[in-house]
Amino acid sequence: MRRRQLELSGWGRTAPSVATVVDADPDELDVRALDELGAPRGIIARGLGRAYGDPAQNGGGTVVRLAPGPILLDASARTVRVGAGVSLDELLRHIVPRGFFVPVTPGTRFVTIGGAIASDIHGKNHHVDGSFGAHVDDMTVLLADGSHRRITPVSEPSLWWATIGGMGLTGIIVEATVRLLSIQTSRCLVHTERVPNLDSLLERMESGDDLHRYSVAWVDMVATGASLGRAVLTRGDHATLDDLVSQDPAAGADPLSFAPPGLAAVPPGVPNVLNRLTVRAFNEMWYRKAPTSHVGLESITGFFHPLDMVGDWNRLYGRAGFLQYQFVVPFEAVDTLRAIVRIVSASGHASFLAVLKRFGPASGGLLSFPTPGWTLTLDLPAGVAGLGGLVGELDRMVLAAGGRHYLAKDATATPETIRAGYPRLDEWLRVRRDVDPAGRWISDQARRLHLH
Amino acid sequence: MNNAVHQPQTVLVLGGTSDIGQAIVSALVSPALRRVILAVRHPDQVETDALQFGSAEIVTVPFDATAVDRHDELVAEVAAAHGDLDVVIQAFGQLGAPDLTDPVEAAQLATVNYVGAVSSGLAVARQLRAQGHGTLVVLSSVAGVRTRASNFVYGSTKAGQDAFATGLGHLLHGTGAHVLTVRPGFVRSSMTAGMPEAPFSVDVADVADAVVCGLRRGRSVVWVPGILQFVFGLLRYAPGAVWRRLDR
Repeated sequence: MRRRQLELSGWGRTAPSVATVVDADPDELDVRALDELGAPRGIIARGLGRAYGDPAQNGGGTVVRLAPGPILLDASARTVRVGAGVSLDELLRHIVPRGFFVPVTPGTRFVTIGGAIASDIHGKNHHVDGSFGAHVDDMTVLLADGSHRRITPVSEPSLWWATIGGMGLTGIIVEATVRLLSIQTSRCLVHTERVPNLDSLLERMESGDDLHRYSVAWVDMVATGASLGRAVLTRGDHATLDDLVSQDPAAGADPLSFAPPGLAAVPPGVPNVLNRLTVRAFNEMWYRKAPTSHVGLESITGFFHPLDMVGDWNRLYGRAGFLQYQFVVPFEAVDTLRAIVRIVSASGHASFLAVLKRFGPASGGLLSFPTPGWTLTLDLPAGVAGLGGLVGELDRMVLAAGGRHYLAKDATATPETIRAGYPRLDEWLRVRRDVDPAGRWISDQARRLHLH
Repeated sequence: MNNAVHQPQTVLVLGGTSDIGQAIVSALVSPALRRVILAVRHPDQVETDALQFGSAEIVTVPFDATAVDRHDELVAEVAAAHGDLDVVIQAFGQLGAPDLTDPVEAAQLATVNYVGAVSSGLAVARQLRAQGHGTLVVLSSVAGVRTRASNFVYGSTKAGQDAFATGLGHLLHGTGAHVLTVRPGFVRSSMTAGMPEAPFSVDVADVADAVVCGLRRGRSVVWVPGILQFVFGLLRYAPGAVWRRLDR
């Protein structure tokens, strides 16, 4: 076990704290080690630090990073037994050439399996496939008493559904068995269209999303007036071998090739270059360069993980960092959604990337974020005065519409906003207190939001 | 724990009756702010009902700047009762009588302003370091940057407090704990009521805004108003005769 004092923050680079970071193999974490590491300010697991706020930091306490662990593919069962510290990047490099894909991927490959389960992450296919937790068959969890317990939704339903989306506060996820998707090629067949305003976007998504496994819209949050909420809508499916050969005959020789490019990294010390002017220019260009309507092949990286091509892109927000504000409101709360788009557009807080998506059914995780409805994600530079007021206003609107906020993105919520958004919080707290009576698992976010 | 927009949940004010201390808390009010702990000499004399900091709960605890053997305990007790301290404001201090030359009185002033700042500052530092986050805001003064004949005892205590605070900031670098040293000029407050105003005078709200801005930007020193940094950059090196003429 290697230990170091490190300042940690989330991907948004806000509200850092200093903790003892321990790199450990799961087998090293017996009850004696936990007693020692857990005193006096507890332990939380950290994957690749892609949650935006403070769920994977623990000021004054211990932060455990697990060694990646194994990748054991069972091709006939279409499942993989995988260590919680393995990243989707490593997993995809292993399984894509063998004709499989992960059931759910977020906008980056640089998350771990443990983080994917603890945040119950979603992707562009949520309206069809649900969240990551819906595709896990069993898990091994390191509990507060030092035991490694293998659980399934049948063997221990309450612990299971408290752990899926439980932000690592029920125990450290050590391994999981995940069901995979079979693919014929490593490309996607993608329909891209430009949509002139929010109303036509909502209508387009309502009527057409179910024809595709993947669907997401990028919304220009700087445009106002008649162009309010103009968007580029991309929807697609895994390309079949026939799709691939008909579009790109040469690619048929190696249909499952997967070699994601890493182009450039943003160096440290860059000032915030994403201000209202540059964002407006970028958004204009992005919208203009999108075809009015187009069907074509895209690589996995190009379609799912375009930002992974720029290393450390979060540095573009400068020293002050940024927040990613993500909420979901029920489908019927379209007026709230529209009002929020209008308020953000008028506020002057430039949102570089805004992503709109329709969620399908919830997974059952007590603290899982996705519920049926519209989810909107905004990136906002954090160093701008008045941002706290804007976020507070949005919080009230989201909650009044019966919506909620995503814990993996959260960096500004209060205990009250989370309680209002998650009606099963008390149920979750009961399981947590049952399985961790001494409060061994704790993070800065858990302290901030009273998730303990 | 501060949130991503630098809004604290728990604030402790050492010298909780200070106008500037309370103004800073008012400027830190947000939906995130849950608890304000005012550490004061006489808790029974503080009318908390007359105070309001958003929806935060207001608590008073007894605090005597000269009771140095109690400071460590006090900070630990407050943290045990109310959780991590996100912002601690060292706001206590006395101005002393004008043209103070009485040795005993001067020593008492030094005990409150300097000795009390040292012991309470270290007690707070221990807590913030254990948390791995948090900021100590130290209300210094430009009076300590170059001392004047008319209030040099006060100025000297502020010079000591200021040097202590900046040094503590260096010590804490890398621990997650921070120190923000605040150097206001003349501040119109109950402490200075009736005194002739100096150039570049400010209100307590100006100091509060500058502190909140300094916290947001992660500064280690703020001057209020900002121009005093340059004014005193020059005044420090003014010949003694010139400096004495200015102190009229």
